[in-house]
Amino acid sequence: MKSSGQAWKFGNNIDTDLIIPARYLNSHNPQELAKHAMEDADATWASKVQKGDFIVAGDNFGCGSSREHAPIAIKAAGVSAVIAKSFARIFYRNAINIGLPILESPDAAEAIKEGDEIKVNLVTGEIDNLTSGMSYSAQPFPGFMQQIIDAGGLIEYIKTKKK
Amino acid sequence: MRQQTISEKILAKHASLKSVEPGQLINCKVDLVLGNDITAPPAIQEFAKIGVSKVFNKKKIYLVPDHFSPAKDIKSAEQIKMMREFARKYGIVNFFEIGCMGIEHVLLPEMGAIKAGDLVIGADSHTCTYGALGAFSTGVGSTDMAAAMATGEVWFKVPEQLKFVFTGKLNKWVEAKDLILYTIGQIGVDGARYMSMEFTGPVIRQLSVEGRLTMANMAIEAGGKNGIFEVDDKTAAYLKKTGAGKGLVYKSDPEAEYKQIFKWEASAIEPQVSLPHLPSNTKPVGKCKSIKIHQSVIGSCTNGRIEDMRLAAKILKGKRIHRDVRCIILPGTQNISLQMIKEGLMKTFIEAGAVVSTPTCGPCLGGHMGILAEGERSISTTNRNFVGRMGHPKSEVYLSNVAVAAASAITGRISSPEDL
Repeated sequence: MKSSGQAWKFGNNIDTDLIIPARYLNSHNPQELAKHAMEDADATWASKVQKGDFIVAGDNFGCGSSREHAPIAIKAAGVSAVIAKSFARIFYRNAINIGLPILESPDAAEAIKEGDEIKVNLVTGEIDNLTSGMSYSAQPFPGFMQQIIDAGGLIEYIKTKKK
Repeated sequence: MRQQTISEKILAKHASLKSVEPGQLINCKVDLVLGNDITAPPAIQEFAKIGVSKVFNKKKIYLVPDHFSPAKDIKSAEQIKMMREFARKYGIVNFFEIGCMGIEHVLLPEMGAIKAGDLVIGADSHTCTYGALGAFSTGVGSTDMAAAMATGEVWFKVPEQLKFVFTGKLNKWVEAKDLILYTIGQIGVDGARYMSMEFTGPVIRQLSVEGRLTMANMAIEAGGKNGIFEVDDKTAAYLKKTGAGKGLVYKSDPEAEYKQIFKWEASAIEPQVSLPHLPSNTKPVGKCKSIKIHQSVIGSCTNGRIEDMRLAAKILKGKRIHRDVRCIILPGTQNISLQMIKEGLMKTFIEAGAVVSTPTCGPCLGGHMGILAEGERSISTTNRNFVGRMGHPKSEVYLSNVAVAAASAITGRISSPEDL
């Protein structure tokens, strides 16, 4: 499973209020949420992001609220993966549970620049920066989490376990 | 056997293991699953996809519409309706309509839903509040909530352990809130990322259970998985009063392993203010005194308990809210509102020119009941001051304790009660 697209850079401690402000949480419709993704960090981002693009951020991405609307909004906006130095705990769980690919790679997150063309192999965690020619590898997931990811999220995983 | 902390012991017990260690992936049985009107609707949708015909336990699921309730608009009303219908369909006992509801993290401890040794998950990041009662309690997302409603189980990575020891004596006007703001200021918003935060020491033992609930509430603001306090006589008395029953009391072993131990002298800590736009951006109140405010919010799941209301009333009694300030009081539950009437606090607030709201998360997350316009500033006893948290992306939130928020409402600038 390979994806390629453009990098959108964000800083450290991107909180879930920046990712999807609470004023839009009276809906949990993914397309509705996608219209406002990252709005308070960059008011026009949702209209600029293209399907397949990447968010590249610093430490503690997704801190704050437990709202699953945050990874849902990012995924529905067309983002193929979030690459960050580190992720906040609940966002990390939520992303795995709903099937938004996340990659922890401090080196990639540091070096990739806004607008760089990125290619990611979601199975191996290899990140290629096509603009700079550099390659990075993300931390692999523990086996059990990889099983949830492979199943397509927590609900699918539970369904397969039930059978 | 491995020496363990309170958090590790509760996790081990619920995973049917003798002991656990940091990094281990475990599957735990849960004692309580919580959701609110923002997080429960997606959970209900995911629950339907699992294809089970019943919930794991009708009495252990708590559905509290508190964020946008009483319904602020049609979409919010639809979300609450979805919760109500789900509760009826599956016979879920603990659904709280307005009139008997409260802010979830004030309501559940008050009604005796949580006891020591419990393992609680909630689709709300401030679920960590219940660690004050000696429970392992943590926030998750809607899909985890859905899975737990179906299976009664949740997976965890056992967190590393941090210990925070407060010694000495609290200065005047310093509250539990200041200890947690100070902690976050010292270690940063990701200082406890993925970790347990255990609070202990003579100063912690002096705090009321309400104060400990305030501290545990904000463990997530340092990135913590949970905050936890040892059960003592005060906790036992609180759990008895609420009818929860004591539960299982665990103590950390003397040789339990901590990734880091922080020791702080309380007498060096002044009332703290977290400046925009991170809770870790703390300064002593003395260094914030020229900052003009337009609003003061007193209450929420952090500081909306009766003790907080009494303190606010003590400061506002016989005083007048500054003419350029809107002061909004948010008691945590209906019971607290009733107690405020009995004690005359309602009268004090209204005579001072404050408004008293029904229990709701309201302005804390920019929902309703006190949204800020562009360029406006609020001092607030809530827990987050992120960009746009209380309204316009160009508005600002300053976090403080109750006494500072009340004093500032009177002067119109960030103030200590000493300035009155």
